[in-house]
Amino acid sequence: MTKKHIWVAGMAAPVVIAMLLLFAGAARVTADDQPSKTNAEVKIDNFVFGPQTLTVQVGATVTWTNKDDIPHTTVSTDGAFKSKVMDTDEKFSYTFTKAGTYSYFCSVHPKMTGEIVVK
Amino acid sequence: MRNKKQDLIDQKLQGLNDDGIDRRGFLKCMAWAGTGLVWTMSGGIPMSRVFAKGHDQMAAKAGDFAFVQISDSHIGFNKPANPDVTATLQTAINRINAMSHPPDFIIHTGDLSQLSKPSEFDTLDQALKGASAKQIYFVPGEHDMLSDNGEQYLQRYGKGTKGTGWSSFDHKGVHFVGLVNVANLKAGGMGSLGNEQLEWLEDDLKGRSASTPIVLYAHIPLWTIYPDWGWGTDDSEQALSYVKRFGSVTVLNGHIHQIMQKIEGKVSFHTAMSTAFPQPAPGTAPSAGPLKVPADQLQRVLGITDVNYLVNGRSLAVVDSPLADSKSSASWKGGHGNVNSLFG
Repeated sequence: MTKKHIWVAGMAAPVVIAMLLLFAGAARVTADDQPSKTNAEVKIDNFVFGPQTLTVQVGATVTWTNKDDIPHTTVSTDGAFKSKVMDTDEKFSYTFTKAGTYSYFCSVHPKMTGEIVVK
Repeated sequence: MRNKKQDLIDQKLQGLNDDGIDRRGFLKCMAWAGTGLVWTMSGGIPMSRVFAKGHDQMAAKAGDFAFVQISDSHIGFNKPANPDVTATLQTAINRINAMSHPPDFIIHTGDLSQLSKPSEFDTLDQALKGASAKQIYFVPGEHDMLSDNGEQYLQRYGKGTKGTGWSSFDHKGVHFVGLVNVANLKAGGMGSLGNEQLEWLEDDLKGRSASTPIVLYAHIPLWTIYPDWGWGTDDSEQALSYVKRFGSVTVLNGHIHQIMQKIEGKVSFHTAMSTAFPQPAPGTAPSAGPLKVPADQLQRVLGITDVNYLVNGRSLAVVDSPLADSKSSASWKGGHGNVNSLFG
């Protein structure tokens, strides 16, 4: 049993990786056509939200990660979400349950702005 | 070396005089003197003053006084270029305590902490307790209001202040106003004072004699230095319109972790070095993040600002001193940059 189990896992891993790679590639190239259903990421780097506009499907969870040496926040301009302060490498996640365009900014450095489009 | 500096300053002053701005009765003289750029206000006549080491022995007249501005301590920051910001704050305090003309008080222009944590404020308090000047005035930086809308900052440092922490006081004939431009910031904007504070400021200045020297201090610069990085205050024009009628206005800011100076009409603007880490000159880096410098250079780009009020002529002399004694050519390089950033 143990041997078979390992064999199955061994076969499955490359397939899973291949699927992940395909999925990642698709998400990058055609983000607007096939918005991510569940997970998407925004990286904060050099005082910039990247990507500045991100399109996801209803139900998707977006995770922001601060890659700067300086703390940042993610605050939606209409009050839908507001992160705590994120120090270096800290994250904030929010699940979008309603379609719409969500503008947000860093309340510490308000020149930093971004947008999540939920379809 | 001094002649070269003086030449540059004279040249730059000449440039200033050619730009057609009326300069009667405001800051006229600047002399670069080793550790600091000295500004002396005069009645329209350029006047040189060499501070350097000798500035401590300035003849004191009754009513003359000094105060010190420190800024951007960022207690809690522990990354390159400064893993020990408490130590450099301590060095700054030691410098203040070693002055032969002790300051009457200290002004901290914000970013006391890195993350508004109680432990960071505790460390700051502990360090500041060792300062010879017991009176310290604060305004918050955006790092001091990261959580709880600045409630904790206000509890600790905002006693007797209004709104989000603004206040004013008089000292030996000079009127000081501490403004808050880091609260309720709007998406896409820069620093902001807000209507409530602007109304208060207008009221605060009303009825004061135009000959009263005014010092405005706030965290983010009250003049636009570099909008792309948010280095300015959206509604500062409004605030500055209230001080137009005064003969001497000095604006002291922090936030940008480097010295920048500008003279506009009777208003002189000045930003201080940080005691924690330097930031890049505007537009010279992808972002305004900490500038990494070699460890042996760090204390040359951190510092304090010593402001001397001379009752004769109602002048305010602003002297920036790096934490490390600058005897080498590195200090000249720094000086060159400062003079250029002022007039360039």
